[in-house]
Amino acid sequence: MTATAEPEIGKARTRKEDEHLVTGRTRWTDNLVLPGMQHLAILRSPFAHARITGVDTAAAREMPGVVAVLTGADLAEEQGSLPCAWPITPDMKSPPAPSLAVDGVNFAGEAVAVVVARSAYEAHDALEAIDVDYDELPVVLDLAAAAADGADLVHPDLGTNVSATWTFDSAEAGSGGDVEQAIRDAEVLVERTFRQQRLIPAFMEPRSVVVDPTGAQITMWSATQIPHILRLMLAMTLGIPEHKLRVVAPDVGGGFGGKLQVTPEEVIALLVARRLGKPVKYTESRSETMLAAHHGRDQIQKLTLAARRDGTVTGMKVELLADMGAYLRLVTPGVPILGAFMFNGIYKFPAYHFTCTNVFTTKVPTDAYRGAGRPEATFAIERMMDELATELSLDPLELRARNWITHEEFPFDTVAGLTYDSGNYEAATARARELFDYDGLRREQSERRERNDPVQLGIGVSTFTEMCGLAPSRTLGALAYGAGGWEHAAIRMLPTGKVEVVTGSSAHGQGHETAWSQVVADQLGVPFEDVEVLHGDTQTSPRGMDTYGSRSLAVGAIAVVKAAEKVIAKARPIAAHLMECAEDDLEFTAGRFRVKGTEKAVGIGDVALAVFAAHDLPDGVEPNLDSEATYDPENFSFPHGTHLCAAEVDTETGKVRIRSYVCVDDIGHVVNPLIVEGQVHGGLAQGIAQALYEEAVYDESGTLLSGSFAEYQVPSAADLPTFTTGRTETPATGNPLGVKGVGEAGTIASTPAVVNAVLDAVRRFGVRDIEMPCTPMRVWNAIHTAQGGAR
Amino acid sequence: MRITVTVDGTAYTDDVEPRLLLVHYLRDRLGKVGTVIGCDTGNCGACTVHLNGHSVKSCSVLAVQADGGDVLTVEGLSRNGTLHPVQQAFRDNHALQCGYCTPGMIMQTLDLLAEEPDPDERAVRLGLEGNLCRCTGYQNIVSAVQDAAQRLRGGGSAESTPTEAAKSDTAPGGVR
Repeated sequence: MTATAEPEIGKARTRKEDEHLVTGRTRWTDNLVLPGMQHLAILRSPFAHARITGVDTAAAREMPGVVAVLTGADLAEEQGSLPCAWPITPDMKSPPAPSLAVDGVNFAGEAVAVVVARSAYEAHDALEAIDVDYDELPVVLDLAAAAADGADLVHPDLGTNVSATWTFDSAEAGSGGDVEQAIRDAEVLVERTFRQQRLIPAFMEPRSVVVDPTGAQITMWSATQIPHILRLMLAMTLGIPEHKLRVVAPDVGGGFGGKLQVTPEEVIALLVARRLGKPVKYTESRSETMLAAHHGRDQIQKLTLAARRDGTVTGMKVELLADMGAYLRLVTPGVPILGAFMFNGIYKFPAYHFTCTNVFTTKVPTDAYRGAGRPEATFAIERMMDELATELSLDPLELRARNWITHEEFPFDTVAGLTYDSGNYEAATARARELFDYDGLRREQSERRERNDPVQLGIGVSTFTEMCGLAPSRTLGALAYGAGGWEHAAIRMLPTGKVEVVTGSSAHGQGHETAWSQVVADQLGVPFEDVEVLHGDTQTSPRGMDTYGSRSLAVGAIAVVKAAEKVIAKARPIAAHLMECAEDDLEFTAGRFRVKGTEKAVGIGDVALAVFAAHDLPDGVEPNLDSEATYDPENFSFPHGTHLCAAEVDTETGKVRIRSYVCVDDIGHVVNPLIVEGQVHGGLAQGIAQALYEEAVYDESGTLLSGSFAEYQVPSAADLPTFTTGRTETPATGNPLGVKGVGEAGTIASTPAVVNAVLDAVRRFGVRDIEMPCTPMRVWNAIHTAQGGAR
Repeated sequence: MRITVTVDGTAYTDDVEPRLLLVHYLRDRLGKVGTVIGCDTGNCGACTVHLNGHSVKSCSVLAVQADGGDVLTVEGLSRNGTLHPVQQAFRDNHALQCGYCTPGMIMQTLDLLAEEPDPDERAVRLGLEGNLCRCTGYQNIVSAVQDAAQRLRGGGSAESTPTEAAKSDTAPGGVR
C-alpha cells in the first residue's frame, strides 16, 4: 500500500460523486421501478380554510387502472398526527396535523384524498372524478391581524391563533443589562419594522417517495435530508416497530431545509402501501411542491436599537411575529428561536431583549429554509447598523468597527448567551475592502450623485457571523428540542487495505463522499481513492442525525476523525505484536506504524490483512479493525465574514443590477476549497434571491399566486453576477479539524448586503426602507413615494 | 399511436397515448432516467434533450411529436466510458452540487456551443437562462461552459483545469 505524502485536507479535489451525476446514471427516488408498483396521486384542497362536508369517490373508483381511492376518514384510525419535535414552551399550542385531511382543510393545497392506480397518468385522471363538498371558512392571512384579539381563528378549538410566545432577556439570563434602561438612556434611537417575506426552498428535485411493504421490513426510499430522523419519527408516530422500517435517501436533488421534514406524502404512501400490500410511488409535481412543501422565513420584525452619538450601540430590543402557517411541522416553532441567539451579530452591545410570538395562519406551514432563523436575525442587525450609520453620518464599516468584538477579545461571551470561540472581523473586513476597491467605488458613488446620474450606485455592507455545527445536545435540551445534536460514524478497514466509512450525515449535494474521503485519507494515511463513503440508508448507516444547519463537517466529519483515531488505537498493539516491539516504540505517520529510529515499519493495510487472517494476534484482540464513534460538539462553531455589494439602481425604472459582489468568508480550516467555493456561490444566489427576486404570494382568498417557476422567480444565470470570493482562516477552537461550516454563510450574509446597497443608492431621495424582494416596481414606488410623486 | 423514435442511437417503436409527454416516454417506457423532471411549466429546463439536433424541453414535447425523430439524451453522450468534453468540463469545474439540473444544463450547453463556439460570459448566461440551478449560483457552470467551448474548439487541455475555487484568495486571519 502506498502512503500518501501530501495532505489531502486543503486539496481542491474534484468530486467522487460527479461521474454518475454528469452521465445521468443517478439514483433519484423517482427513477425506482419495483415489481407490482402502483402510483399514487393526491387531491388537494383549492380552499385555504374549509370544512369538508362530503367526499364522493364512487366515480373515481370506476376509472381505468384505479386500484384504490382513499380519504382522510379511511386513514383516520392509523394516520396519527405529523410530528413536531420542538415544543418551545410547556404551554405551546399545537393542533393535530393529519397527513390526509379528515374534517377540514387549513391551507390551500392540503391533501384531501388519494388515488392509487396502475400508472401516474391514470391516477391523475381519477383525481378529477372525485367530488368534494366544502363549506368555506374565513381565511386568516395577515400575521398582525391574526395575532390580535378577536381575529378569525385557524383552529377554533385552540381559542387563539397564538401558538407560543418565547422570550430571552439579557438581564434575566445574566448575560447582559436591561434593555429598557438602555433605551431610556439612549442618545440615539433607531426604530424599524422589517418584513421577512415568505420564501419557497425550491430544491430542483421535487419530493418523491417509494414504499415497498413486501419484504421482511417496510422499505421507504425518499428524497429526504433526514433518513434517520424520518425513520424514528415514523416509528414513533405511526407505531411501526423501528427495526421493521428501513429508510433510504438515495441521490437527493437538493434540500436547503425543504426536505428536513416528515411529510404528509411520506406518511400517506407508507400507510397506503401497507394497506394494499404493494409497492407504491408518489412523485409530486412542481406546483405541488410550491403549494404543499413547507415554506421558509415569513416574519415581521420590530426592532429598537439604542446607541450613543459616537456610534456605540448600547442595546437592542427585538419583537417578532413569526408565521407558523396552519400547522407545526417538524421544527416549525424552533426556527425563529434559532435566530434569537444571533440578533446581536458580531457586536458587543451590553443589553438585549428578544421576544417572539408564533402565529397560526391559513397558509402552508413554515419550517427550516437555508439558514433557518439566522438569515432573519442577520438581516435585522445589519440593516439596523446601516440605519444607525446613516443617522450618525458615519461610514457603515467605521460604525461596525466601533462595535464589533475585536480579535483580542475572543473567546467572547455574547449578550445572547453564546460563547464565540474565535474570529477576526478586522482581517476579513480589510481583505474584503481591498478586493472590492471600497474607496474607489465610494468615489464613483459621489460622482454619480453629483451629476444626478439616472443610474445611482449603492454600496452595501454585511459583516456577519452565524452559528454552525448544530448542535451541542445539552444546548438543544435546554431549548426543549426533542433530540440531541451528535453525529455518528463508523470505519471498517477491509483486508485489502481499503476503507469503508459509514456516516450518519446524509448528503444531498454537499459532496460528503469526497470531503470525508479526504479526511480519512489524512487520518489513516491511505489513498483518497481507497476510501468509500456510505450514507443515506438506515440499514448501512443505522445511527445518525442527518444533514442541516451546516453541521456535516463540524459535527459529522469530526465523528469520522474520532472513529479513525479508534482504528489506529486498535491497530497499534497488533502492529507492535507483528514487529515484536513495545507499543510505545511505535509512531504512526502516513499510514505506517514505524519502530522509532529504525526502518522497520508495517502499513495499516498490512495490519488489516493480518487481522483478517487472525493467525497471530495478541491475546484478547478481536479479529477486526472496525470502529465506531459518536461525536457530540461542546459548542457551536461561528463562521464569519464581510460581504460587500455594489448595486446600480436605475432610478427611472427601479431596476437593480448587482455591479460587483465581494465576500470574504472565514470558515476556519478548509477541507476542500472547490466544494467550499461552490457552497458560497450557491448560498449567495439564494440570499440575493431573497433580496431581489423571490416571494411566495397569497391572494386575499388564500390562494398561492406564486405557484410555479413561472411566477416564483428563482434567479437564472442571467440574473446573477460573477462573485469575487476570498477567505481568511481563523480556525475553530472546538474541534480537531478547526472547521466551522459553510453551507448557509452565503445566504445569511448576502441578503442585507444587497438591500443595504439598494438603499444606499436611493437614500438621497428620502427613501428609508424598501420591502423585500426589491423588485423594480417596489424600488420605483419607493423613490416616487419619498419624493411625493414629484419626479 | 405508433411511433418510431431513435434515442441515443437505438431505434424504438412503441404504441403511445397521444398525450404522453416525451420526457415520460423516455423515462417510463424506455428507462432513460438520466433525463429528469423539475417542473411542470417548462421553466426549469432539467428535462432538456436534443430532438433532431436542437435542445428541447422534453416536458413540453409530446412523444408523438418525436415520431421519426432522433433524440439525444445525457445518457448518449459518453462513449466507451470516456466523458464527453462538456461532461468533463462540468466535472472539472465543480459545476454541479446535487446534480439534478445537470443533465439539462449539459444538453443546453451543447446546443449553445453549437450556435456560438466561443461565447463570452454574458452570452453563456443568456444561453442558459431557461435552465434553473438552485445549488451552484451558476458561476462554476459558466466557467464549465467556457472551458467546454475551449475543449471543443480543440484548444483546450485534456487535463483537468484548475478551477476558480482552487485559485480562491486566501489570506491569514488570525490563529488562536
